[in-house]
Amino acid sequence: MIFYIPQDTTALALGSEAVARALQTAGIEPIRNGSRGLFWLEPLLEVATDQGRIAFGPVSAKDIPSIIDALESDPTSHALYQGEVADIPYLKSQQRLTYARAGLGDPVCLDNYQTLNGFKGLVKALQMTGQQIVDQVKDSGLRGRGGAAFPAGIKWQTVHDAGTSAAADKEPCQKYIVCNADEGDSGTFADRLVMEADPYQLIEGMVIAGLAVGANQGYIYLRSEYPVAHKLLNTAIDRAVQANFLGENIQGSGKTFHLEVRLGAGAYICGEETSLLESLEGKRGMVRAKPPLPAIEGLFGMPTVVNNVLTLAAISSILEQGAANYQNFGMGRSRGTLAIQLAGNIKRGGLIELAFGVTLREVLEDYGQGTYSGRPIRAIQVGGPLGAFMPESQWDTPMDYEAFAAIKAMIGHGGIVVFDDTVDMAAQARFAMEFCVVESCGKCTPCRIGSVRGVEVIDRIVANENRDNNLILLHELCDTMEFGSLCAMGGMTPYPVRSALKYFPEDFLLQEAAGALLQEAAGASLQDTAGAASQKTAAQGEN
Amino acid sequence: MGISQNEQQSISDLVGQYKALPGALLPLLHAIQADVGYVPDTAVPIIAKGLNLSRAEVHGVISFYHDFKTTPVGRHTVQICRAEACQSMGSRQLETHAKQALGVDYGETTADGAITLEPVYCLGNCACSPSMRINDDIFARVDADRFDQLISDLSSEEGVVK
Repeated sequence: MIFYIPQDTTALALGSEAVARALQTAGIEPIRNGSRGLFWLEPLLEVATDQGRIAFGPVSAKDIPSIIDALESDPTSHALYQGEVADIPYLKSQQRLTYARAGLGDPVCLDNYQTLNGFKGLVKALQMTGQQIVDQVKDSGLRGRGGAAFPAGIKWQTVHDAGTSAAADKEPCQKYIVCNADEGDSGTFADRLVMEADPYQLIEGMVIAGLAVGANQGYIYLRSEYPVAHKLLNTAIDRAVQANFLGENIQGSGKTFHLEVRLGAGAYICGEETSLLESLEGKRGMVRAKPPLPAIEGLFGMPTVVNNVLTLAAISSILEQGAANYQNFGMGRSRGTLAIQLAGNIKRGGLIELAFGVTLREVLEDYGQGTYSGRPIRAIQVGGPLGAFMPESQWDTPMDYEAFAAIKAMIGHGGIVVFDDTVDMAAQARFAMEFCVVESCGKCTPCRIGSVRGVEVIDRIVANENRDNNLILLHELCDTMEFGSLCAMGGMTPYPVRSALKYFPEDFLLQEAAGALLQEAAGASLQDTAGAASQKTAAQGEN
Repeated sequence: MGISQNEQQSISDLVGQYKALPGALLPLLHAIQADVGYVPDTAVPIIAKGLNLSRAEVHGVISFYHDFKTTPVGRHTVQICRAEACQSMGSRQLETHAKQALGVDYGETTADGAITLEPVYCLGNCACSPSMRINDDIFARVDADRFDQLISDLSSEEGVVK
């Protein structure tokens, strides 16, 4: 029997190290695998037996003796027995491409990766021209998974073509592949899971990107909040260099690609690509104006592909299984699979990889099974701190970039944060502004100063100071931020604020006023809110 | 802020080691902080000279990023996640408790120099919130009792070390 106990951040945070020690005490040396992403079952102990690979979870160190006993007699009798891992409905119903390997074995074991079809995409890519690789990516329909959903193939084509027209016969110019691993959105952990459970997939994707556009240097810009991913990535890179999947003359092809992890320093804004590039250059993470696009003038002024971890990770399966296979998943212009991250106050949180098109309600109810607290779900925030709060009336929206954009919401990086009915939406709107105060790079006045004023105005509204005028002011402030900021930090902070106001107006009023407003339709706009508030004030005046 | 001759020397050594690296400043600052515990003011001119930058540029970078400290910190850094997923599971109560239990506000260090308390915006552990980080270890589903337990474990570990 082979025992597996994960070494990813969540499993460790829930005590998997103690479980591993308990196994060692019992004379068992477990394989430290990555997580499957079924975080509600972590630490998830898996045992490869004659009857298949079975699971127990969530386990703690004290459960180990009874599990070992049960394995000798009847495993199914154990209270924590979860059956065959692959048959757990939460996992079985997923469409895993990027996470197909997650949790199967030791994430930094190269043999394991290669046994599971690893580096097959790279081997194919080494036989192709750059343009052929770019064409494959275009055909796959892959769009950037960081949030902006820009078609990856178009970006690659721009970098591929950059610096070649005027000086076709001269030395090719230096180009870079930069992986954005600054996964700062609350409610997201998809990048982390790739890096901790299947780091070679990201490395493979980056090498392929280098071959496609003619870049020989890559950087993974990793946030400092991910110490486990940092360690695993560095180990994986060292081993990939030793096995000649990185470095000079990769697998005898004559092609070169060097890769280095660079650590961020706790700035959310560095997840924005131009700010990230500034940071990589050793500067303050100040957002750059576009144009020039990073694809033309990126890192150190040279043509640069900046892609999210998931985008680059998807490349290896696209090359391995073909663009058509990837393209077959999804709906409309959103092709392939989406890594949905179910988080916050949820009973069964975790990573859910599905084709685009699944509705929020299916995710919340079928997978999530309601809140952790057992109370009703009141609001969900999709797409991180800059994403809109969505009331129940919107939960039938399919997970599709365009469908979300149509209702002023965004899928972003695919994180869903669930709140139960104890949430104070005015406090959440205030927090959105507060977060912008802390994390704004300061370049644009609407973002830098507007967020400070936003906190103040929300405080006044909640304190019932001149509420009508302050609601109008907040609305105008949101306009200024949205249209007067260079990047999404200032431009989208209004999304959570406005959606909180629009769908949960009762939270912004004194208790007695809220009672009257609860009668109002849930879809009341901000202007309606201001109007209702003024009616209420007028009524109070008459009394 | 006075630093020892040794620290001064190791900063100079690190500058020498990193200066050829493209975009060297962040990796260098991380290395100095890992070595000295913070980035002392006296390091700024050494870095500026080594990397051919102005002192203002170096200062600007140090002050931009939340991670870089310019004064000594506690022997342990405790971070409480303030982001939305953790809020949905009670991190606001947790941070109130943490500040009370340690007797410090964010950015401050306990009187015995053991613990510096900091806010953090997301540790990527959002399916099992609320989360906190102690040095390089992350903990999930932390409530007030678990917080107290983790802090007392930290103190007893220190006792063993002494």
